[in-house]
Amino acid sequence: MSTTHHFRSLTPEMVEIQQKMESHARDYGLDFFPTIFEVVDADQLHAVAAYGGFPTRYPHWRFGMEYEQLSKGYSYGLQKIYELVINNDPCYAYLLGSNEITDHKLVMAHVYGHCDFFKNNHWFSKTNRHMIDEMANHGNRVRRYMDRFGVEEVEDFIDTCLSIEDLIDIHSPFVKRTDDHSDYEFRGHTDDDAPDEPQKFQAKGYMDAFVNPPKALAEEAERQRHRLLEQGKSFPNEPAKDVMLFVLEYASLKPWQLDVLSIIRDEAYYFAPQAQTKIMNEGWATYWHSTIMTRHGISPSDLICYCDHCAGTLASSPTRLNPYKLGLELFRHIEERWNRGQFGQDWEDCDDMRAKHDWDMGAMQGREKIFEVRRIHNDLTFIDEFLTLDFCREHKLFSFGFNEQSGYYEIESRQFDQVKEQLLFNLTNVGRPFIYVRDGNYKNRGELFLEHRYNGVELKLEYAEDTLANLYKLWKRPTHIETVLDDHLTVLSFDGTEHTTSKSDELVTIGEE
Amino acid sequence: MSLKIDRDNNRFRQIVRGKIRENLRRYVNHGEMIGRKGRDLVSIPLPQLDIPHFRYGQNGRGGVGQGEGEEGQPIARGDGEGEGTGQAGSDPGQHIVEVDVTLEELAEILGSELELPRIEPKGTDQIQQEKARYRSIRRVGPESLRHFKRTYVEAMKRQVIEGTYNHASPRVIPIKGDRRYRSWETTPEPQANAVIIYMMDVSGSMTDEQKSIVRTEAFWIDTWLRSQYDGLERRYIIHDAAAKEVDEQTFYHTRESGGTRISSAYKVCAKLLDESFSPDDWNIYLFQFSDGDNWGEDSSKAMDLLTKALVPRSNLFCYGQVESPYGSGEYIGSLEAAFGQTHEKVILSEIKDKDAIFESIKTFLGKGK
Repeated sequence: MSTTHHFRSLTPEMVEIQQKMESHARDYGLDFFPTIFEVVDADQLHAVAAYGGFPTRYPHWRFGMEYEQLSKGYSYGLQKIYELVINNDPCYAYLLGSNEITDHKLVMAHVYGHCDFFKNNHWFSKTNRHMIDEMANHGNRVRRYMDRFGVEEVEDFIDTCLSIEDLIDIHSPFVKRTDDHSDYEFRGHTDDDAPDEPQKFQAKGYMDAFVNPPKALAEEAERQRHRLLEQGKSFPNEPAKDVMLFVLEYASLKPWQLDVLSIIRDEAYYFAPQAQTKIMNEGWATYWHSTIMTRHGISPSDLICYCDHCAGTLASSPTRLNPYKLGLELFRHIEERWNRGQFGQDWEDCDDMRAKHDWDMGAMQGREKIFEVRRIHNDLTFIDEFLTLDFCREHKLFSFGFNEQSGYYEIESRQFDQVKEQLLFNLTNVGRPFIYVRDGNYKNRGELFLEHRYNGVELKLEYAEDTLANLYKLWKRPTHIETVLDDHLTVLSFDGTEHTTSKSDELVTIGEE
Repeated sequence: MSLKIDRDNNRFRQIVRGKIRENLRRYVNHGEMIGRKGRDLVSIPLPQLDIPHFRYGQNGRGGVGQGEGEEGQPIARGDGEGEGTGQAGSDPGQHIVEVDVTLEELAEILGSELELPRIEPKGTDQIQQEKARYRSIRRVGPESLRHFKRTYVEAMKRQVIEGTYNHASPRVIPIKGDRRYRSWETTPEPQANAVIIYMMDVSGSMTDEQKSIVRTEAFWIDTWLRSQYDGLERRYIIHDAAAKEVDEQTFYHTRESGGTRISSAYKVCAKLLDESFSPDDWNIYLFQFSDGDNWGEDSSKAMDLLTKALVPRSNLFCYGQVESPYGSGEYIGSLEAAFGQTHEKVILSEIKDKDAIFESIKTFLGKGK
C-alpha cells in the first residue's frame, strides 16, 4: 500500500500518536484508506462541518445556518464536535486544535474505525471515493451559474430541488433498474441558458435566425416535449422511487437547472449510506477507539479525561437513542454471542433459559463475526438481525409515542417485539415516507402523479403541500400525490395557484392482515 | 475558508431578517422566545429555516428510548404546534432547535447579542450583603457539591500509593476519605436593589396576541435586569378606565371591556412608589405597554402625572406600544410631543410584531441606566 501522509499541520507529538494509533488499528485488522489529519481551530471546524465536511462545496444559505448553530452551541458551551471524517480516498479527518492530547488519541483511534467502515462496508461501495474533487467541481459549476444567471435565481432553484432531495432510491446503486447513463449527462447540454433545444442546423451567427427560425424551433421543442405524452400512455411502466431521476429525465428544465438538479441528486446519493449506517458506523468506530485506547492508548494521566469524555459520548437519554451507545453495545453483544457459540439451529431451538444463560461452546468466532457484520449490514438489517430479547432487556429499551391528550411523549411499551418494530420503523427508508412516481402523464395531460405508500402514518400535511408546490416549479404542470388522510384515500393536488384536497370514500386500514 | 462560510452565514441572516428572499421567510422559525422554562433552565430556540419535504406527520413521532420507567410514564413534553402564531399552517413546530441555558447565561447571551451596556446602579445604596462564591475545595461537604474529578484523582493517588492500582484493570474506586467537595468563601458585596413596575392596558382592544408580545418582552426585561441587580422586585398594574395592582398571573390573563384611562395607572403607580419604593433606596424601572388608545381628555392628565410624579423618581420610564387592530395608536404621539424622542429617561418604542421584540428591548435597555 502506498501510504502518503501530509504531516504538515500535526505537531511532532501528534504525529507520533498518529503513527501509534495507525499501527494499533492495522494490527487489529482494520483496513482503511490513507488518512490525513488536519488540525483546525473551532471556527474552521464548524465551517467544515457545516459544509458536510467539504470546504469547497457550493454556496448556500443552509450551510450558513448550520454554521451558526454549531458555533453558537459551542460558544454557549452546549455542544462540541469531537471528530469529523470524510469518506474519500484518502480519508480526511479534522482535529480540534484546542483539544487535550487525550482527546486527540481518542479521536484518532475513532477515526480509523470510521475509515475502515467507509472502505469496507458494502453500502459505501458505490460512493464516489474522490468526492472532495467532485464537490469542488460542483461548487465551481454552481458558482459559475450564479455569476451568469444571478445568485437569487440559482439559489431559489437549489431550494426547490432540495425539497425533493430525499426522493431517491437508496438501493438503486445495487440494482439495475433502468438503462445506464452518466451521472450528469441526462440530456445533451451546454451551460447556455437556451431552452432545451431541438436539433439546429449549422449556421453562422448572423444567418442563424434565418436558417433556424426561432418560432419553428420553439414549435419543434414543444413537439419533442409532448412526443411521449402524445402516445397517450402513462409512464413510467412501474412506479419509480427515484423521483429526482424522473424529474431529470422528463421535466422541461433549462440545461443549467438540469445540471444543478443532478448535482444535488449526486450529493444525496453520496450522503445516503451515512444516514443508512449511523448506528453501525458510530458503533464500530466507538468499539475500536475503546478497544485501542483501553488496551494501548491510555497513559495514567489520560485516564480520568478519557473516562469523562467516553461517558459523555455514550450517555443515553430517554427520548433519543444514542447511536454510539446502541451500536457499540450491539457489536459487543454479537462478539460475545459468537465467542460463546450462541447462534445456529441448536441455539435457536433451545428453550431452557438456564442452558441459554450458561451456553458456551468456546467458538471464539466473535471478532471474525463483527468484521463480517460491518461488511454486509446497514442499520436496518443490523437491528433486524441482531437485536435480541436479551439485549433489549439488558439495555432497558422501550418504545415511546406522542400522547395528544397529555401533550407528552410517553413510554408505550417494553415488549420486545413492539420495541423492535418501532425501531425498525424508524430506520426503514431512513425514517421517511415511501414516495413513488406513478404517472408522468396523469389524465393524459402531462401532470405528475405521485403515490405515498401508506403504512399507517400520515404525511405532515402543510409540508406535503409545499413540497407539491416545489415539484410544480420543476415539473411546470400540476402535481398530485395520493395519500391517506383520516383513514381515507386522498389526493392532494397543486395546479400552480391553489391546493386542492379530494378525499375519496375509500377507507384504508392498516393492521392485522 | 472561513470567508466562504461568512458569505453563506450572512445570506442566512439576511433571509431570517426578511431582507432577501421574502418567499422563504414563512419558513423561518423563531418559536416562542421563552421556550420551556423548567426549574432554572430556559430553552431558547435558534432561528431556523426549513425546506419542505415529504415527512411523517404527528402520529409518526414515536421512537425508541433507553432507561428506567413504567409504561405510560411521560418522558418529554411535546411541543405544542403552532399555538398562537396567528399565521396558520406555516409553523414547523417540532423542528425547533433548542438550547438549554441557565437564566444567568441567558442574560449574558442577551446582553452580548443586543450589545446591552452594563447598568451602573444609582443611589446611595450601601447595604452590605454576604455573598457566597465557590472557590475552594474541602474534605467535607454535602454530596451535591462533590467534585468528581478531584475525588477520582485522590482515589487514584491513594491506590497508587497503596499499590492497589492495577494497570490491567484500571478500576478506581473512591472511598470516603478520597471525596472532595466544592466549597465557598463569603465576601461582603454591596447590594443594589431594583424594582420593575409593569403597567398594561387590559381594555378590550388588547388581544391575546398583543399580551403574548408583552409577556415575552417582560420576560426578557426581567432576565436582563435580574442579572444586573441582586434584589429585583416586580409589581404589576393593570388598567382600563380604572387601575389596580395585581399579581403576575392576573396581569397576563385579565381582560376587561371598559374604556381606557392611562392616568389611572399612573396614579396607582405613584402611590405604590410613595408607599414602598423610595428612590433613595431603589432603582426604579417603569414599563408601560398599551395599544396606544386613550380616552381623549385623559392624556393631558396623564402627562402631568408622568412629568411630576413618575419620571423624576425613576431610572427609566419605558413605553412600549403594541400594534393592535383596534387601537388608535395615538398615545405614543402624545408622549413624543411631551418628552421628545431623545429624552434622558423616557424611552418610547413601537412593537409591531413578535420579531420586533428584540429591537425594542435594545431600545429600552440600550442606554445602560
